Amino acid sequence: MTITDTSSAAPTVRKLSSLQLASRYGTMLALLLLILFNLAMTPNFLSWQTVNVNLTQVAAIVIVATGMTLVIATGGIDLSVGSLMAISGAVAPMIFLDTLVPIADPVLAVALAFVLPILVTMAFGWFNGMLVTRYAIQPIVATLVLFIAGRGIAQVITNGNLQVFKNPGFQFIAMGQIAGIPAQVALMLVVAAAAFAVMRYTMFGRQVLAVGGNEKAARLAGIPVRRIKILVYVISGALAGLAGLVVVARNSASDANLVGLGMELDAIAAVAVGGSLLSGGRANIIGTLLGALVIQLVRYTLLANGVPDAAALVVKAGLIVLAVYVQQRADRS
Amino acid sequence: MFSALLRPKSAGDLARLGVLLALAALILFGALRYDNFISPFNILSCLRYNSMFALIALGMCFVIITGGIDLSVGGVAALASVVSAFASPYGWAAGMAAGMAAGLAFGLLNGFMITGMRIQPFIATLAAMLASYGLALLLADNQSVSVSYDTAFTMIGQEDLLGFPIPAWIALFAFVIGWVFLERLPAGRHVLAVGDGEATALLMGLKVRRIVFFVYAASGLLAGLAGTILAAQFGAGQPTEGVGWELFAIASVVVGGTLLTGGAGSVGATLAGVLLLGMVFNVLNFENGLGWISLSAYWQSVIRGLFLLVVVILQARISARSPREAS
Repeated sequence: MTITDTSSAAPTVRKLSSLQLASRYGTMLALLLLILFNLAMTPNFLSWQTVNVNLTQVAAIVIVATGMTLVIATGGIDLSVGSLMAISGAVAPMIFLDTLVPIADPVLAVALAFVLPILVTMAFGWFNGMLVTRYAIQPIVATLVLFIAGRGIAQVITNGNLQVFKNPGFQFIAMGQIAGIPAQVALMLVVAAAAFAVMRYTMFGRQVLAVGGNEKAARLAGIPVRRIKILVYVISGALAGLAGLVVVARNSASDANLVGLGMELDAIAAVAVGGSLLSGGRANIIGTLLGALVIQLVRYTLLANGVPDAAALVVKAGLIVLAVYVQQRADRS
Repeated sequence: MFSALLRPKSAGDLARLGVLLALAALILFGALRYDNFISPFNILSCLRYNSMFALIALGMCFVIITGGIDLSVGGVAALASVVSAFASPYGWAAGMAAGMAAGLAFGLLNGFMITGMRIQPFIATLAAMLASYGLALLLADNQSVSVSYDTAFTMIGQEDLLGFPIPAWIALFAFVIGWVFLERLPAGRHVLAVGDGEATALLMGLKVRRIVFFVYAASGLLAGLAGTILAAQFGAGQPTEGVGWELFAIASVVVGGTLLTGGAGSVGATLAGVLLLGMVFNVLNFENGLGWISLSAYWQSVIRGLFLLVVVILQARISARSPREAS
C-alpha cells in the first residue's frame, strides 16, 4: 500500500535505481525532450501562439483528468465524464439563450449558466458514487450506465440540435484573458493547484489515498470510506461539468453529439502516463498535468512535422504502454 | 445451463434467468402491441444487424470471465472492416481471412501486453484501441473503403442461407463453439478457474498466462470477424465505425449476468443480453410507428442506460443476499 506521496522530492538515503528514476521523472524528462526537439525541429515553436494553442487544447483534458486522478486514487474509475460534459454543455446555453425559462437579467442568466450545469453534473456524480458505494457495483459498470445514458440525456434535452451562441460574459471562461493568460489555461492551473493542495495538505487527501491503498484497513482505521468515495465521484462530476462549459464556450456552439466524446479515455490516458497506476492508492496531480501535456505535445510535434493525425494515435498508444510498463517495473523492483 | 434455469442455484443463475425473462417479456410486449413485430422480415433484419455485436460480446464474455476487460474491440473491428474491404477483390474467403487475421493480430498483441509485459488489461487494451483506430485511419486514408462488388464478399453480410441471414449463422456458429468450449471442455473450466482466482489457478497447476493470452486472442479474432461482417453489410470498410462498441459489448455481458469480477459467466445469457439491448431499439422504432408518441432515436441510449441500471442494481441486490456463488 502506498500512502507516501511519490511526487515529493524529499531526499532519500537509499539510492534509486535507474528504473525508479525513469518512473519518477520520466514524464518530466519526456516533456523536456519534446520541448527541446521542437525548439530544434519545428519552425516558430517558441511563439506565444504555439504555447497558447497547446495549452488551450489541453485545458479541458487536464480539468477532467484532475477529477479522474482522485477517482482512480480510490481504486475506482469514471467512464461517465465525457457524457457529463455533454450534459453541462447542453444545459448552459439553454439557460442564457432563454430556451428553458426567460431570465430578464442577463448577468443573472450567465451566473446561472455557470452554476446550474455544474450542480446537475455534481448530482450525476453523486449518483455514480451511490451506485459504487451503496449498491457495491464495480466502478466500471456503475459509471458505464451514465456513459451510455448521459449523452442520450444531453441529446434528448437539446433534441440533438446544435446550439449556436455569442455571449461574451459566458464565453469569458474560454475566450477571456486573465493577466495575459487565456482564462481556460488559468482555470486549468487553478484546478490542478487546488487538487494538489487538497491531496497534499488536507485530511481528505490522505483519506482518499488510504481508501485506494487498502480499503479494509481504511475502514478499520475509522475512515468514512463510503463518504470519501461518493465525494470523489461528485468532484469528478463537477470538474467534468466545468470542462463541458469550457469546451462549448470555446466553440461558441454546443453539439450534444460531440462535446466530450472520448474524453474519458483521454483523461485516463493522462492519468496513466502521469504515473498514477489504475490500482489506486496514488494520486500524482502534477504527473497528470505533465501526462496530458506530453500526450498533447507529442501530437502537436507529429502534426507540425507533417505526420498524419492517425499515426499520432498509434504513437500515443505506444506512449501509454511504455509509461505504464516503466512504472510497473519500477514498482516491482 | 438449462437445468440451472429450471432450478436456479446461485445468484448468477438467477441473474441469467432474469435476462431471459426480460427478453421474453419484451418480445411478448412487442408481439401483442405491434402488427409486424414478429414478422420474419423484422426478426431477420434484427438478427442480421445484431450479429456483429453478438460476436464482440462473445469474446468480451470470455475476457470478462477471466477478470479482464477488452476495450479494443471497437477499434479492432473498424480496422478489420478496412482490411477486409481491401482484400475483398480477391474473393469472400480472402476478405474474411484478412479481416480475421487483423483482429487476431491485435488479440495476440493484447495478450502479449497483458501476460508478457504485465500491463493492466484496461490500459493495454485502451492503447490497442487507439492504435487500431490509428492504423485503420492510416490504411484507409481517413475515408471509408468501398468493398468489391465483383466478388461474393458482400454476401457475408447481406445474403441469406436456408432463409437465415449469413451473419446470424456465423454468430450462431461462434456461440455454439463458445458454449461447448465453456460448458463442456476442460479448457472452459480452466478459464473459469482463472477468473475465480489467479493464485489458486496457478496452485492447481493451470497455465494461467496461456489461458489469459488465449482469451484475448479469441476476443481479437471475434472482433475481426465482426469487422468483416460490418464491411460486407454496409459495402464499405469504415475506419471511424465501432466507437463505443466495446462498452455496448460490456453492457450486454453484464446484462447477461456475467460479473465483471470474473470467475462466472454464461455464453447463452450473453447472447440474450445482446438481443435484449438490441431489441430496445427495435421496440422504440415500432412505438414511434404507432404515432402516439414520437421518441427520437436519442432515447435509445437513455433507455439502454436505464436497462443496464436496473439489471446491475438487481444483480447487486441478489449477490448481496447470497454472497457465495455456488457455481
